Amino acid sequence: MSAVPIQAYLALALILFCIGLYGALTKRNTVIVLISIELMLNAVNINLVAFSKFGVAPSITGQVFALFAIAVAAAEAAVGLAILIALYRNRKTINMDEMDTMKH
Amino acid sequence: MMENAWIIPLFPLLSFLFLILFGKRLKEASAFIGILLTLASLVYSLLVLFERLTAPTYKAEGVWLTIGDVQLTAGFEVNQLNALMLVIVSLVSFLVHTYSKGYMNGDDRFPVFYAYLGLFTFAMLGLVISPNLLQTYFFWELVGLGSFLLIGFYFYKEEAKAAAKKAFIMTRIGDVGLLIGMILLFWQVGSFEYDEIFAAAEAGSISAAMITLTAILIFVGAIGKSGQFPLHTWLPDAMEGPTPVSALIHAATMVAAGVYLVAALFPLFTASETALMTVAVIGAFTAIFAASIGLVQKDIKRVLAYSTVSQLGYMMLALGSAGYVAGVFHLMTHAFFKALLFLAAGSVIHAVHTQNIEHMGGLWKKLRLTGPLFLIGTLAISGVPLFSGFFSKDEILIAAWAHGNTVLFWLAVIAAFFTAFYMFRLFFMVFAGEARSDMKNVHESPSVMTMPMVVLGVLAVVAGYVNTPWFGTFLGDWLVEGNHSLGHGHIEGPAWIMAVATIVSLLGIFLAWLMYGKRSLSRDWLTSRAPLTYNLLYNKYYIDEFYQLTVVNGAKFFSAFLRFLEVFLIEGIVNGAAGIASSLGKLGSKFQNGQIQTYGTAAFVGLAILVVIYAVTGGYLK
Repeated sequence: MSAVPIQAYLALALILFCIGLYGALTKRNTVIVLISIELMLNAVNINLVAFSKFGVAPSITGQVFALFAIAVAAAEAAVGLAILIALYRNRKTINMDEMDTMKH
Repeated sequence: MMENAWIIPLFPLLSFLFLILFGKRLKEASAFIGILLTLASLVYSLLVLFERLTAPTYKAEGVWLTIGDVQLTAGFEVNQLNALMLVIVSLVSFLVHTYSKGYMNGDDRFPVFYAYLGLFTFAMLGLVISPNLLQTYFFWELVGLGSFLLIGFYFYKEEAKAAAKKAFIMTRIGDVGLLIGMILLFWQVGSFEYDEIFAAAEAGSISAAMITLTAILIFVGAIGKSGQFPLHTWLPDAMEGPTPVSALIHAATMVAAGVYLVAALFPLFTASETALMTVAVIGAFTAIFAASIGLVQKDIKRVLAYSTVSQLGYMMLALGSAGYVAGVFHLMTHAFFKALLFLAAGSVIHAVHTQNIEHMGGLWKKLRLTGPLFLIGTLAISGVPLFSGFFSKDEILIAAWAHGNTVLFWLAVIAAFFTAFYMFRLFFMVFAGEARSDMKNVHESPSVMTMPMVVLGVLAVVAGYVNTPWFGTFLGDWLVEGNHSLGHGHIEGPAWIMAVATIVSLLGIFLAWLMYGKRSLSRDWLTSRAPLTYNLLYNKYYIDEFYQLTVVNGAKFFSAFLRFLEVFLIEGIVNGAAGIASSLGKLGSKFQNGQIQTYGTAAFVGLAILVVIYAVTGGYLK
């Protein structure tokens, strides 16, 4: 168990975060964008758990915090999907390019 | 009477204003308004002249503008020259007004014509009573405007439009000289007043070089207005206007203004020998130059136009030879006989409906009144003894001789020979010979046209007797009375000059008679012997073509160059500056596209840059 160094956790978190960021910034499908955001959140959770074990002052708090984050992320995903459905009913699209009402 | 002389120019002004406002309703009746009001001017002018014969000069002025310490005045002055000019102008204008009633009868814009005549007369009358240069300049430009309107009266003809523009632009070129001269004088003297300018010139408070410069610059204005070489080309083209207008322009108003200006500023000119010489040389050259062109022209009005240019040259020669009296005297006699000639020419054109003298002939028997009147005018301008032109031309020749301008004197004598020749060529071609078959309906003009001609005919004969070496030089003595700077009332000259002048004019008449009257000499003598000379003269020395090639094309080229600068350089810079700003704005607005992903990318790129900086600088921004 202790054979896995902290760098591996951090590298995995970084790669996941970057994939998530790339997806969130470039994908045209809104559902994919939401999934990408989940990826980024989970990358953060990995960091929290990793530091709760290998941090300067290891404690259980980090893991508890990660659980909270997962719960909040679930709520966020629900709200996000609700907004998306409402938007789809209004605009009949889930294409990001057509969602430019912030310009006005 | 003299203290109210300012009212004289106001009558024609009133006529102008009234006819502009109500002319359309009055139609043909507007002629009576114009005629009556100019008659009022004439009567008043005559009264002023009679009073001025004995009374001293009257001058009234009021402050018009105060700029700092300088006060600009406006007012009027009645001195000898002004009083004389008032009568000449108002008389010729009155006669032209009367004549036009017949000549312009049936024209659609009849009231407008009378309105313009009123404006023109007002401008000229205002000009001749101005006591200072600034006021003179105002009226000077108004005269230019009046001539522009009248020359372009038949504006639907292309030639008339072009002639009007040409007259206006060419005289403007001269006006630039006048304006600069005026400003220099004001700078030196501190006043536009004639009296103060003369006093300063006499007292020597202006340097000699400056006097010469200003006098010549002012003379440039006179060159433009009086059709002297090299700005003479507008005057013959001005023939496109109605004939009564030609009479007015050539006799009393427009062209007389230049001579009047030189005469009014005569003490300034006499203060500089160089300026006088310039005036004399330009005058003498113009006299012979225009006379030589007049020899071969075929249009009745053009021959008269060139004779005007030539006669104005005579006046300038006289003034340039210190012959103040001679110049003014010739201005007066010329006004009468040239107005007569133009009105008679108008009567001929009215009868035969052509201006080409080669299509005329044998009119003597048909125009029983116009013919003899035209002959009187021709005799007067040719300088035949006992007619008015003889005395004034004689005075000019004596002045030129007495001033030592021998070369100019002989030029003037040759020009006199030319004048007699071409005027009688004109006379014989129009009135002598066989009547042409296609001119059956030729009839004499109505009396409203012939009566002014009769008046002018009488004056063309008798006007010379006010200043003769035989009966006394009343005019001359009166003109210079009380003003020593104007020279003597009469210049004594050798008796042979009068004989020479008589002989050359008779010779010219005789030659014209041989060629065009008796026809014992072939009339195409010059055409066949010297076609080059003939072409040169017939095309007026190609002066117009030369100007077209150099000045007009030069100006066009320069304007094209400036346009190029404007379009590509100036507009390039301005558009470039605007372009940079707007493209920057466009670039910025591209980011503001409402797409959350773009904003996210921008935020991420910004963060990345910050991190890079953080890494490179080692933690803290120093």
